[in-house]
Amino acid sequence: MKNKIVLSTLAPVVVLLLVLALPFLSVPPFWITLLSYVGLYSIVALGLVMLTGVAGLISFGQAAFVGIGAYTTAYLSTQFGLSPWLGLLAGLCMTGMAALLIGAVTMRISGHYLPLSTIAWGLSLYFLFGNLDSLGRYDGIGGIPAISLFGFVFSSDRAMYVLIWSVVILALISVMNFLNSRTGRAVRALKFGHVMPEAMGVNTAWIKIVVFVYAAMLAGVSGWLYAHLQHAVNPTPFGLKYGIDYLLMVVVGGAGYVWGALLGAGLIALLGNFLQEWLPSLLGASGNYEAIVFGIALVLFLQYANEGLWPFIQARFPGQPAARAPEQAPPLAQKSKPAVGEVILEVREARKQFGGLVAVNDVSFSVKAGEIAGLIGPNGAGKSTTFHLLTGVLSITSGQVNYRGKSIAGLSSRQIASRGMARSFQHVRLVPGMSVLENAAMGAYLRGHQGGVLTSMLRLNRKEENQILFEAKRQLERVGLGELLYLPAGSLALGQQRILEIARALCSDPALLLLDEPAAGLRYQEKQALSELLKKLRAEGMAVLLVEHDMDFVMQLTDHIVVMEFGSKIAEGTPAQIQVHPAVLEAYLGGAQ
Amino acid sequence: MDASIFAVLVQDGITTGAIYALLSLALVLVFSVTRVILLPQGEFVAFGALTLAAIQSGHAPQTALLLLALGVATLCCELVSNLRRSPGKLLGLLPKLASKYLLFPLALYLLTLNLPLQDLPMLLQIALALAIVVPMGPMVYRLAYQPLAHASILVLLIVSLGVHLAMVGLGLLMFGPEGSNTLPFTDAQWAIGEMTISAQSLIVIATVMALIVAIYFYFGRSLSGKALRATAVNRLGARLVGIGTNEAGKLAFTLSAAIGALCGILIAPFTIINYESGFLIALKGFVGAIFGGLASYPIAAAGALGVGLIESFSSFWASSFKDLIVFTVIIPVLLWRSLGSNHIDEEA
Repeated sequence: MKNKIVLSTLAPVVVLLLVLALPFLSVPPFWITLLSYVGLYSIVALGLVMLTGVAGLISFGQAAFVGIGAYTTAYLSTQFGLSPWLGLLAGLCMTGMAALLIGAVTMRISGHYLPLSTIAWGLSLYFLFGNLDSLGRYDGIGGIPAISLFGFVFSSDRAMYVLIWSVVILALISVMNFLNSRTGRAVRALKFGHVMPEAMGVNTAWIKIVVFVYAAMLAGVSGWLYAHLQHAVNPTPFGLKYGIDYLLMVVVGGAGYVWGALLGAGLIALLGNFLQEWLPSLLGASGNYEAIVFGIALVLFLQYANEGLWPFIQARFPGQPAARAPEQAPPLAQKSKPAVGEVILEVREARKQFGGLVAVNDVSFSVKAGEIAGLIGPNGAGKSTTFHLLTGVLSITSGQVNYRGKSIAGLSSRQIASRGMARSFQHVRLVPGMSVLENAAMGAYLRGHQGGVLTSMLRLNRKEENQILFEAKRQLERVGLGELLYLPAGSLALGQQRILEIARALCSDPALLLLDEPAAGLRYQEKQALSELLKKLRAEGMAVLLVEHDMDFVMQLTDHIVVMEFGSKIAEGTPAQIQVHPAVLEAYLGGAQ
Repeated sequence: MDASIFAVLVQDGITTGAIYALLSLALVLVFSVTRVILLPQGEFVAFGALTLAAIQSGHAPQTALLLLALGVATLCCELVSNLRRSPGKLLGLLPKLASKYLLFPLALYLLTLNLPLQDLPMLLQIALALAIVVPMGPMVYRLAYQPLAHASILVLLIVSLGVHLAMVGLGLLMFGPEGSNTLPFTDAQWAIGEMTISAQSLIVIATVMALIVAIYFYFGRSLSGKALRATAVNRLGARLVGIGTNEAGKLAFTLSAAIGALCGILIAPFTIINYESGFLIALKGFVGAIFGGLASYPIAAAGALGVGLIESFSSFWASSFKDLIVFTVIIPVLLWRSLGSNHIDEEA
């Protein structure tokens, strides 16, 4: 086992060094050229893995970004004789700006528009390249100079090969570092919906745009290298067909895996090359056979292995989790906490109407620090709607919600999270593939401040990262999950997952916990453990509001209960008072005869 | 630009726009029923047009052979899955399956080899072309999509890509790289003042309108139409009342293949169609469908009409930028939709 882990950390380094060393061995030029292209494709595919595989945003338009990068440097270096390095800078600016514009328009709308619109703008840019006189129309631009660095000119294919693969390695490291950061964790959560990351304080719309721009800029770099490798550009390799090919690489390699990008790029490039060569000679006539084979292979592939190939390889090399909590780290800053007994949440005549239906009818109650309050009621009483009003998932129609004396009515979940309210979900919302530790660390999102793409890529955020992970570990130990830090969250039992959600909430340093049916689906012992945990938190001064169906659980745990029926509050008091309250008995058991 | 040019452009725009509208309806239909974004819709357009062109020039269309191959593959698929599930019932099912997937394509194939294709009346030629292309719809669904019916939209979209790639490749193999026109339905045209109205355009518009009315009644009045709508609204609910997802999927694909092939037949007298031009045509239908948010049929149709008009006018003013303009229109449309959407996420 130990050997295997050493092997799995060393293997990629050895493989990459070997790839870099190839030109110095006597490898035929054909292979050097082919592998240069694999490198170029890999850079684009890396961005696409992040975009499509990790964040779940599909783009057919990456080839167009490659085109912007390639055309910018081609135009500047041939028309104005500028240095290719300026071309790189300008190309990055151009792709970044184009992506920002397109992203701002398309990222806000739901899933399936994005792929369609990427097809559309992929085509638009292709037609633009092909019709502008200044870009040489469909003939393109030729005579692009070679890149030079400190007097060394990258004119030979072998030199370009080394440059390209160096960029691939840098891109690989940058993407891995990024995904393994505070912002990266938020990106990894995007695929599973917006509600959870937003509740952790993540601006999902903005993060999507960031990822999109990042992926586009990687494509732009690939285009820059392409232009100076080929010394000529024309619109064809930036058309939709290539956009589709990039996606194909990612799917075949394994959409969710960084190394899958390299694997997929290699396979598709090699396969494409050989199919193009020997299919016609096998089948006689000249035709586009490789498209047919690719197409059918792709469909079969998805039917039988829709995770791609990389998971099969990964299974042979059990690796270490990338994010490990340090032994010791300085604590993160904490907010001031209210004194026990102070009113922390005050709801006054909160109302929610859906058209003519009044789901929550002028409900008022309050929660104090150091107490556990319960919100109960029969099905359809409006408990969940009330919960959504408090957490900012639904907007309030009228009334007041004050948190520590300040109004939070009308704020988004993100803003509410930043005030110090944390929540769990009725249906557990974890990122199943991420470790328990990283899932908990999501909760501390708002307590970190560094997480910009650049600082993450260069690992300048290490100190803060350690603080966040240490805090996550501390909270997991506090709730009793300290033994399970590095397991995937998806492998936990439901009860443990609910506890993990509470640990995640605790990581945000809250003064009020909102728990949506925390005991639902738990076994008896699990309920006992949860109950003990909540009592412990109460003793530490935490305020807890829980929506719950399990009467035993609520009665033995809470200090204060609010009962709702048909959208209105019908009773409020201690558990003992509620148990004998006539209106409550009527609501739950029907009228007394 | 004078009034007569304007009139010609409007007429052109409405004619092609009507065809895009029909395509956008098919795309919305397939998406809402199966969650498949049907990129290969365009291939049905090209297959329809090129099959008719082959028939009119007296060649046996190769698509008949493709249909036979697809039929055999589908039959194998069905046999294997039935063998696994309920081997007992297989014997009873066999005649039905064999006639649907083997005998029918075989009969069509033999017909195309032996009929005097060139001399048939045009309506028969069209019927033959449709009979060859339309059954491919459900077969493609059975082979490519049905095993993944519960996968995510992303996976289904990539399947669509694969099917699209394969079908374009097959199109090149069957029809060669050259494009073809089909014969016009009629040469008649009338002059009203300075305007000339071609009977051809009127036929296209009338056909599209008749089809839209037929689709409207199909969804509003017939049981299978209502079943499709039910599946579109709630797949699980529809299954619980006995509407199979697979049957609904096959039906949706049949309709969309039929609409696609018909669009190809309608557009081929105006525009030269080659093996890959279906894709761009269908994409313009997509642009229309996006206007309607992939959900609303009337807005999708109106949007598609708009796309036709924009295309026709931009081909007059800036012909080489025609496609660029049409596909850039999508950006403001998306912006408009994104401002209008109130972003309700999951269970919220």
